[in-house]
Amino acid sequence: MKRETNRVFVSSMGIISSLGIGVQENLDGLIKGMSGIGPIKQLKTRLSSELIAGEVSYSNEELIDISGMKSTRGVSRAALLGLIVAKEATKDVELHDPSIRTGIIVGTTADSMTHIELYLKDFLSNDSRNEFIESQDWGASTEIIANELGISGYQTTINTACSSAANAIMTGARMIKHNLLDRVLVGGTDALSKVMLNGFHALMIIDPEVCKPFDRDRKGLNLGEGAAFLLLESEKLTLKKNAICELSGYGNSNDAHHLTAQSPDGEGVAMAMELALSESGLNAKDISCINAHGTGSENNDLAEIRGIEKVFGNDAPSFSSTKPFTGHTLGSSGALEAVFSILSIQHQLIFPNLNFKRQMSETKLIPETTLIPSKSVHQVLSNSLGFGGNNTSLIFSKLVI
Amino acid sequence: MIYINGLSNISPQPTSAKKNFLSDVIQYNTNMLQCIEPDYSDFMDTNALRRMSRILKLGSAGARFCLEDAALEVPDAICIGTGKGCFKNTQIFMFSVDENKEKFIPPSPFIQSAHGSIASQIAIQTGCKNYNMTYSHRAFSFESALLDAMMLLKGKIHENVLLGGVDEIEEIQFNTFDRIGYYTKPGVNNLNILTDQTKGTIAGEGSTFFLLEDQPTANTYAAVKDVHTFSNPGNHFQVEDVILHFLSQNNLSVKDIDVVVLGLNGDIDFDGIYYDLNTSLFNNTRQVYYKHLCGDYLTSSAFALWMSSLIIKHQRIPETVSLNDKPAKGIQNVLIYNQHRNVNHSLMLVSGVA
Repeated sequence: MKRETNRVFVSSMGIISSLGIGVQENLDGLIKGMSGIGPIKQLKTRLSSELIAGEVSYSNEELIDISGMKSTRGVSRAALLGLIVAKEATKDVELHDPSIRTGIIVGTTADSMTHIELYLKDFLSNDSRNEFIESQDWGASTEIIANELGISGYQTTINTACSSAANAIMTGARMIKHNLLDRVLVGGTDALSKVMLNGFHALMIIDPEVCKPFDRDRKGLNLGEGAAFLLLESEKLTLKKNAICELSGYGNSNDAHHLTAQSPDGEGVAMAMELALSESGLNAKDISCINAHGTGSENNDLAEIRGIEKVFGNDAPSFSSTKPFTGHTLGSSGALEAVFSILSIQHQLIFPNLNFKRQMSETKLIPETTLIPSKSVHQVLSNSLGFGGNNTSLIFSKLVI
Repeated sequence: MIYINGLSNISPQPTSAKKNFLSDVIQYNTNMLQCIEPDYSDFMDTNALRRMSRILKLGSAGARFCLEDAALEVPDAICIGTGKGCFKNTQIFMFSVDENKEKFIPPSPFIQSAHGSIASQIAIQTGCKNYNMTYSHRAFSFESALLDAMMLLKGKIHENVLLGGVDEIEEIQFNTFDRIGYYTKPGVNNLNILTDQTKGTIAGEGSTFFLLEDQPTANTYAAVKDVHTFSNPGNHFQVEDVILHFLSQNNLSVKDIDVVVLGLNGDIDFDGIYYDLNTSLFNNTRQVYYKHLCGDYLTSSAFALWMSSLIIKHQRIPETVSLNDKPAKGIQNVLIYNQHRNVNHSLMLVSGVA
């Protein structure tokens, strides 16, 4: 049964990842089955000699050109990635109509970290990098994007680690359902940083080769970077034109288990999926496929598969993780995978879980390993699991008019 | 209506005690105010304490005190706003990455560097497995968390929400922002920041929590009617328009506001808007301020909400926060207006429940 009544539609979207710039390049990459993960070329790090990552293959200077920004004072790589896709997602939209309450909600884990980690010592000792001092917080990119696009309404930023963007999407949908906004740009952005690369490396959960989610021999995750935005609109606003799908359900839970690890029993992620089903008014059997969080880490994949078993039993729908395409883009991953889920519905395709070879000993469930053309992708569930046991599930539905 | 049925406040003032509402305030001679921290070992395991960063201890204790006040063990949902979150641990890790030249870096500071770990820690200590959210958007962080909590309660999704505004000030952040003029001179008397007429403010911090429900209890302090945020207004006339619209949305006019709580921070470059409002919209309203007590920080509006709740509950305005002597009897509606460097502006409306 639906607990909140107004419906929420996705009217457009934008994405940048290691697969490319824009929705079309990302779709092409997914269809070709080519991973975007490779040698680290943009980030200056000692670890580039031993690790690979899903980097966006443009320098900051090239991203500035692409973004069309005139003043780049205090602008980080995450802000540039975010602005480029925010422009893609709003290119056909008049954002300055005062009668339409428009907001922006961004999820990010690291935001301006790429600059802070380079300049923190300068901040304390000289004036050479002062323009970046005020971007030492997590709202910097959101405000830059809002100002560039002229979004003067509600703006905020969510930081719940790897579920940040999924939570931003959920929050935007709830604000429309509560009639607080008519339209909201939601998603996330994160750029690859030395802090995150070294942090995950220190936790010993990075696979030196391309990750293999849900495989018995998985060795960890690869980091990536990217940004994606969805433009959500209220029912009243969107029926005037062609929405691309409905955001029909969402749910959030917390494992209350550990500051970094997921609870291995999968109870938390099961609860998030059940809440999303309940919000959408759908049954488990209605779900066509799952875009899993599937990072390739020992702990995440076990928790997630047990969660899927709890909700779907042994009769789980097709599922796959797209992390071997993009790497784990942390706070923005939920937004990238929301775009992939919507592409599944638009093009009636289930994307493969690359690199899977051997079934996990703990489950009978195995992911899809090849591109599946299907006539029946109607409801796609997307999971995002974050540090601190924060679980979020979203359900995207084919338009029924 | 959304009711405040429990609260707690760890701040640079003796605000933990329920009695003596701001009757004994501390005068500091520094431009960086830090919290009077409780003895954490009274209620936390020493092993756990050793592992926790300072911000996690502040958040954890604040949550505990608020739940005790509301006589509740497990909250139904958790919403946290934090401007700087666990950034101190990120800095420690950054320096370690540099010093160790990206080899063999101890991961412990990284583990507690995610902003969401404040809310996760509270989930772990209370066993709350439900909704858990962290907003980190400059001076909108606490207001975003409040708005979310109000949506959860109005949607009847949760019975109660534990809401917190948590931030710490530490040396590296203080020093970097001090270098670009955020803070006034060292050795300043915090109680004189408005009369000193200097550029810059005093840094502060706090851990302030509220237990919100959609029903009143015997412990109810006040009701939160509404919250609104807006960005980059062109001038104080636009701010006036937003305030008037906000009040009319709540079927109120300026004369219905018994007390206005202002985010004056003593920085002559940014306080002008408040003084313009004080001589226009709020000329006949009792005006109070609070940042001389807790310092300025990105979630200081949580301190203002705490103070407003107690002003309503006790029907008393502490002398130390009064800006004028307009009479305020039968205090029913308190409006909080805060702005951060003329970028992030916010309004909160708090009302009596009698």
